[in-house]
Amino acid sequence: MDWLTLPINYEFMRHALLMGLLVGLFSPVVGCYLVVQRITLLGDVIAHAVLPGLAIANFAGFDILIGAFVSGMLSTGFIAWVKEQSRVKLDSVMALTFASFFALGVTLLTVLRNRVDLDSLLFGDILSTTPTELWRTGITGAVVLGLVLLFYRPLLFYTFDPAGAEAVGLPIRLINFGLMAGITLTIIVGMQAVGVILVISLMVGPSITAYLLVNQLHSMMALGAVIGAIASLSGIYVSYYLDLPSGPAISLVVFTFFILALLLSPSQGILSRHLSRQLKGKL
Amino acid sequence: MLEVSHLCVNYRGIQALEDVCLSLRPGELAGLIGPNGAGKSSLIKAVLGLVPAQGKVWLNDAPVRRQRHRIAYVPQRSQIDWDYPITVWNVVLMALNSTNGWWRRPGKAAQKLAAEALEQVDMWALRHRPIGALSGGQQQRVFLARALAQQADLLLFDEPFTGVDKATEFILLDIFGQLRQQGKTLLVCSHEWGEALNRYDRLLLLNRRLLANDAPAAVMTLDNIRQAYGENLQPAAQTGLQIPFFC
Repeated sequence: MDWLTLPINYEFMRHALLMGLLVGLFSPVVGCYLVVQRITLLGDVIAHAVLPGLAIANFAGFDILIGAFVSGMLSTGFIAWVKEQSRVKLDSVMALTFASFFALGVTLLTVLRNRVDLDSLLFGDILSTTPTELWRTGITGAVVLGLVLLFYRPLLFYTFDPAGAEAVGLPIRLINFGLMAGITLTIIVGMQAVGVILVISLMVGPSITAYLLVNQLHSMMALGAVIGAIASLSGIYVSYYLDLPSGPAISLVVFTFFILALLLSPSQGILSRHLSRQLKGKL
Repeated sequence: MLEVSHLCVNYRGIQALEDVCLSLRPGELAGLIGPNGAGKSSLIKAVLGLVPAQGKVWLNDAPVRRQRHRIAYVPQRSQIDWDYPITVWNVVLMALNSTNGWWRRPGKAAQKLAAEALEQVDMWALRHRPIGALSGGQQQRVFLARALAQQADLLLFDEPFTGVDKATEFILLDIFGQLRQQGKTLLVCSHEWGEALNRYDRLLLLNRRLLANDAPAAVMTLDNIRQAYGENLQPAAQTGLQIPFFC
């Protein structure tokens, strides 16, 4: 068992593992809402759209978390506004917003001569996690998780049947805003671990893996969180022993879990269906 | 009593509904018909307050928006993602929280209502099934149960008979009859044609404007049909051919 305990002797590894655990737990819970609403691409849009806010916050000297949050929320607001005001479809607006906000971010980083490391922003730098970042992640995650628990029922109604939810008088604009805020916060927190490009895999991967195994949203969230945490931790170990970049290692473990569920899920697995058909044929 | 007066709906500059006035009495089953794009769904959504509209929508002498708990809505089947991870039981329960706070779990009274509604539509035995594992008719019955459990005064149905089996159609009609007897008002947007329309107490023929509003026999005249659907229907209507699904 030495291989398991050896990395824990290093402080940076302890921080990285704890960060991985936190992000792995929180991201899939919120990611489930992206999956069931079929707007997973929106996660990717937000992850890229936080860049202009990061650049401005870094330049102006205020908290980059606030800059990133405002910028991410602006992108979701812009998408909703265009969708409401024109006949342009959601996927197209998302694609354009994604590219434009990211372009603006890169431009601002260059023009404002930021010292933000674009590489660690894009691919994550979990090995340099600081205790302050850990606290922030823990508190943000706990708040988002608490709100999901508190408003689980209206969120279930809204994401399942938005028109029905509005018809019974639920404040759907407020619910949608809260959901977008939760998603944006989770993305910003996850970004530190796996970066802008890979954060979507931690939000969506464990959620759809769980989706193949269970039948209810709350079970999907719980199982997704467990899968996310295990994938994060294993990814960090893989990266430690094979000397791989940690963000991509986590993403690849997430993907492996998904492929396993896709093939072997008792109810929906491709291989399990095939095997059960063959067994039935023999009987 | 539902009263709609001078209702207009605009979608991004396109007039979907123009000056619609109508009133429905308690215990009345009204069918809403008209060609594709006539504004049937818009009318239902405007009554529910789901789309911005001008005009007045009142239920029992008060604006609808202040008493949404008295209205139940069964959406078109195509509006729902049937692969959503949720069971029959939770679909029926989800609309029952408005009285005791949305963050609380539904109490015993709400659970009893949900159970009774599921038994009424013959879906109690399947309550633990995920909705994706049901047939189209069974899925429609789950939404009917959700509407029943809400104990609303006004029930709005958007194409409830589309893609359902005979057993479900029979259950739907039976429950419509019971709701009428209880003095509920029912507005059903429908794609039916021919004999099936006689099941309604009143038909509302819509094509952006309300073209006719009367008993089925009085509404389904050649003139009205031509006005709503265009000239090309004339030969079919004259020879008495059954015209299939229309809108």
